[in-house]
Amino acid sequence: MNQTLKTACGVGLIGMGLGFYAKQAESLPAMAIRPPGALPEEAFLGACIRCGLCVRDCPYDMLSLGQLGGDVAAGTPYFYARTDPCEMCEDIPCVAACPTNALDHGLTDITDARMGLAVLVDQETCIAFQGLRCEVCFNVCPIRGKAISLEYEHNTRSGKHARFLPVVHSAACTGCGLCEKACILEEAAIKVFPIHLAKGEIGGHYRLGWEEKEKAGQSLVTPDVKHQYNLPEGVRYDLQGRGLIVEPADQQPEPFPSDPLKRLNQGLEDQ
Amino acid sequence: MMAEKSVVGADAITSKGWIKAHRWLILRRISQLSVLGLFLVGPLVGLWIVKGNLAASVTLDTLPLTDPHVLLQSVLSGVSPELSAVVGAIIVIAFYLLVGGRVYCSWVCPVNIVTDGAAWLRRKLGIRSASPLARSTRYWMLLLTLILPLITGSLVWELFNPVSMLFRGIVFGIGMAWVLIVGVFLFDLFITKNGWCGRLCPVGAFYGLLGIGSVIRVVAARRESCDDCMDCFVICPESQVIKPALQGVDKGTGPVILSANCTNCGRCIDVCGKDVFQFGTRFYNTIENASVRQADDCTGAAVHTDNT
Ligand code: SF4
Ligand code: SF4
Ligand code: SF4
Ligand code: SF4
Ligand code: SF4
Repeated sequence: MNQTLKTACGVGLIGMGLGFYAKQAESLPAMAIRPPGALPEEAFLGACIRCGLCVRDCPYDMLSLGQLGGDVAAGTPYFYARTDPCEMCEDIPCVAACPTNALDHGLTDITDARMGLAVLVDQETCIAFQGLRCEVCFNVCPIRGKAISLEYEHNTRSGKHARFLPVVHSAACTGCGLCEKACILEEAAIKVFPIHLAKGEIGGHYRLGWEEKEKAGQSLVTPDVKHQYNLPEGVRYDLQGRGLIVEPADQQPEPFPSDPLKRLNQGLEDQ
Repeated sequence: MMAEKSVVGADAITSKGWIKAHRWLILRRISQLSVLGLFLVGPLVGLWIVKGNLAASVTLDTLPLTDPHVLLQSVLSGVSPELSAVVGAIIVIAFYLLVGGRVYCSWVCPVNIVTDGAAWLRRKLGIRSASPLARSTRYWMLLLTLILPLITGSLVWELFNPVSMLFRGIVFGIGMAWVLIVGVFLFDLFITKNGWCGRLCPVGAFYGLLGIGSVIRVVAARRESCDDCMDCFVICPESQVIKPALQGVDKGTGPVILSANCTNCGRCIDVCGKDVFQFGTRFYNTIENASVRQADDCTGAAVHTDNT
């Protein structure tokens, strides 16, 4: 009995040790991304039995299993986007291979995968932000135009060009990492992070007026349509639209002023 | 106690020849290495007979096999496995129910080669040390492996399990897992005889429990010809299991080694110069059989027996 008690206590202590060490060993490094369909990290670590079948069935051979002494919990699958991104197979063989639903079999459309989220982390080095044409990340994205769009912006440095800025949209980005792999820089300016690192979170009490309006179909604050503005002659205020409008004093401006300078500036004063 | 005998089973080697005195050992090594080999021809040669590892595998893209102990941990952590995993586990369970749970330990598990190696060296070097661990420790370890997923929601044991680590290491890349293996080797060599497999390993404990009622068992069929050389006790990794069967005649115990901890390794069969042991079934466990066996009658049960 005494012996049994000792053994039980000893094993209990070992258990605590294992538990604490396991907590450390399981912290996933920022750049390691789980395969498509992976459950949230906590659940994943319970579900994945470390069989490596996902690794074996990936036709692109881009998944690895964590090893003892490595950064990723031993035996669990991951990939590094910069070297081996996910090619987003339509039939998602890695998920089909997983015997435990650690890779959720509910994922049937690979574009619904959320392995991580691409973030343009460094505007200071991204070629596009320098005003040069690159857009490589935009072009390789399998969800081109939706996961990354190019936003045009005036190039204030040259004064006459546009900048084509890649912008990632979390609603569509699968976190496959093809963009990070393709980034032409020595060190990618666009990187895929696990969602919890990549996404900010707005305070729960925030209500964005325009979104609430969309939900409710109308403004939450009673629109003050009837408000009377005491504005000078020839000026009116468009509450729902353009704001302050200065109406031209003359209803009909001269169609073709004889003064060339006037002609050049025509139409500017009423904006 | 044994006056220095350099080789365990020397008698067996002289009477049966080296090959026969190592027959089951050789078969076992072939079995262990072919299991590994089957998993390795995929990554090495591109011939995908078996994919995965001992935790779960798929053979020829159809037959699923799942380690029930690992799957159980996963289920306890709160996951619902795919049907294929469950089917795979049922197949594995059925197999070991039949052949003996710890057949896994002696015929499949790669760590067994390491611990057998340590035991061999221990005998060579004549190291003797009293074990600080009770044999029951493994059941507490087993309990631990099942409780940790319940508490943490994670397969904690699989982060340390030398069995999975070694096998997966060989098939997928070893990392630092060899450190664990060296640890097991040194533990068995210096601290406790057959310490890892016999006292700590929860995987062995699990499979042992699985094989409690298994059909195929080692039988001390000719126990009356035992000359007490003790070679089987020396070689057996679970030597406590032999005594009741081998020396239980007076107590009316049958000749079948019924303990679930017998690994069905067959080393006792190899090493016995008097051919006392053989493989048989658990149904053979009537006291008569021990001596009737020589008359080559296995089935009919004579009512009385003479144990001279
Ligand atoms: S979707 Fe295809 S490329 Fe991506 S991890 Fe799965 S199998 Fe590999
Ligand atoms: S197939 Fe599933 S259980 Fe196996 S290693 Fe991959 S994620 Fe884990
Ligand atoms: S990770 Fe990059 S390439 Fe993949 S979907 Fe997201 S933006 Fe596109
Ligand atoms: S590929 Fe790299 S440098 Fe080019 S636009 Fe994308 S992030 Fe910028
Ligand atoms: S009793 Fe024989 S078969 Fe069983 S473990 Fe011992 S040596 Fe192996």
